[in-house]
Amino acid sequence: MNSLLLYALAGVGLFTLGLYALIVHAHLLRKILAINVMGSGVFLVLVALGGRTPGGAPDPVPHAMVITGIVVAVSATALALALLLRVQAKTGRTRFPEQGNIILKEY
Amino acid sequence: MGTAVANTPWCVMVILLPLAGALVSFLWPRRSVPLGLVTALAVPACVAGLGWQVAEQGVQRYAVGGWGAPLGIDLYADGLSLLLLLMTALVGLGISVYSSGYFERKTAAVFWPLWLFLWAALNALFLSADIFNLYVTLELLGLSAVALVALAGGADALIAAMRYLLVSLLGSLLYLLGVALLYHSFGSVDIAILAQRVEPSPAVWAAVGLMSAGLLLKTALFPLHFWLPPAHASAPAPVSALLSALVVKASFYILLRLWLEVFPPSDAAVGQLLGVLGASAVLWGGIQALRQARLKLLIAYSTVAQLGYFFLAFPLGTSIAWKGALYLLLSHALAKAAMFMAAGNILRCCGHDHIVALDRVAKRLPLTLTAFTLAGISSMGLPPSGGFTGKWLLLDAALYTGQWWWALTLILGGLLAAAYVFKVVGYAFTPAEVSHEVRVVPVRMEWTALVLALAAVLLGLGTPWLLALLDIGFPFDSGYAG
Repeated sequence: MNSLLLYALAGVGLFTLGLYALIVHAHLLRKILAINVMGSGVFLVLVALGGRTPGGAPDPVPHAMVITGIVVAVSATALALALLLRVQAKTGRTRFPEQGNIILKEY
Repeated sequence: MGTAVANTPWCVMVILLPLAGALVSFLWPRRSVPLGLVTALAVPACVAGLGWQVAEQGVQRYAVGGWGAPLGIDLYADGLSLLLLLMTALVGLGISVYSSGYFERKTAAVFWPLWLFLWAALNALFLSADIFNLYVTLELLGLSAVALVALAGGADALIAAMRYLLVSLLGSLLYLLGVALLYHSFGSVDIAILAQRVEPSPAVWAAVGLMSAGLLLKTALFPLHFWLPPAHASAPAPVSALLSALVVKASFYILLRLWLEVFPPSDAAVGQLLGVLGASAVLWGGIQALRQARLKLLIAYSTVAQLGYFFLAFPLGTSIAWKGALYLLLSHALAKAAMFMAAGNILRCCGHDHIVALDRVAKRLPLTLTAFTLAGISSMGLPPSGGFTGKWLLLDAALYTGQWWWALTLILGGLLAAAYVFKVVGYAFTPAEVSHEVRVVPVRMEWTALVLALAAVLLGLGTPWLLALLDIGFPFDSGYAG
């Protein structure tokens, strides 16, 4: 097993760990962090698999993809955090309601 | 003039125009409504230009910035992407006109940039020629859609938006991991190149599974639909309309492209599984819609049901079935936008949307109720609506391939749709026990709902023309020429 494959498998591990945390944890901040961990896992897979030939120059295209992905992840996290603050301000809670009744209001 | 139209890179304009409109209306919030409306008029014109190009010159491929496929980004337009662009342009124009009457100034200044960003993301998605660009546009779409849901501002809307955001990000990450595996296996993200190089291997099957799971989650196929009803029902009416009519179609479009062009032909069992899930969605969504006490939730569950129909094409697999599913997709976009707009009008007029307390809406908002009923006719699949044509094509394919049980789903789904539409219409004619104060609904909000509903009903008349459009660069397996 070469080191690049090890990195790729670590990426898959991170992804799975994040997915587990996303499902298990109720706190919304933990869910947002879990999504970020999953994202890092995917980026690690992309970069690790970019080194196709051992010892040769790595493929630059996955790196460009990861940079784009990071930009997307940062914006998504910012939106998620802003939403979290609004949810907390409005409901006083930082988790999803158990069985929410949906109230529709015209504003 | 002719050469000027022929030489303009319309596919770039179609993306850049709403993007520019979004930025300008963000920078100049006081003029956001007229700026947004001008953009909303100009985008369909550009789509028409692209349509002319595709009809005259065939499939279009444009290398952005002159950088070709392996390194740069390609835009690609064939009949399928053109059909979805046309759908977006038509519904988008309707939503824009409706919104100009719906939002007060303060909210409008936020709505317009977000909506135009979303429009740009949709157009870019339908024109993307590579699977990584599809990921980026999918995220742009998701982020602006979530922000639009949160626009309603109430606790329920914020919670629904949060849930929608987490689901959307999860779906995108699953998709992206699939992209990573495909790129590693074949050294390209371009759909055309992948289509040539792809061959079955464990990594490819993992990618197929991951990408399909992510996209099915985003398309809200039963049983992954749990996030859709709250998000679509608690958003402001124009946002509900654009989410149900357009946004869920985007991930389905990607799934269709990948399934038809990139993924290696898989076991028939996979198609059957998708078909079973689709049929369950049709029945479950229909029953849930019937059980709802609130109009907007009823319409949202009806979306869950209608999304199921699209997946009936997977087990059938003939070109007629794919065309039927796409026809249903198109008519659902028009009809569902009209339905949510009608619900928005009723909510504005009565101040609530309890179905049992729809106090003589038929008398107070005759145009709105007509729009709702016409849209309902398309959802049921009665002629001459687009829904009828779509279901007819699917029925034809089901009987041709000898899989009659899918035909049964189509009929049951139609009956359920009839039941929930007439439930609403019935209460709209009866006076409620407690009469409420009514508010005036702007005329343009009533008329846009009606025009879109009429378009859905009359869509069945344009069948030959639209099917000919789909044949340009037809990516479907030719089953039989019915």
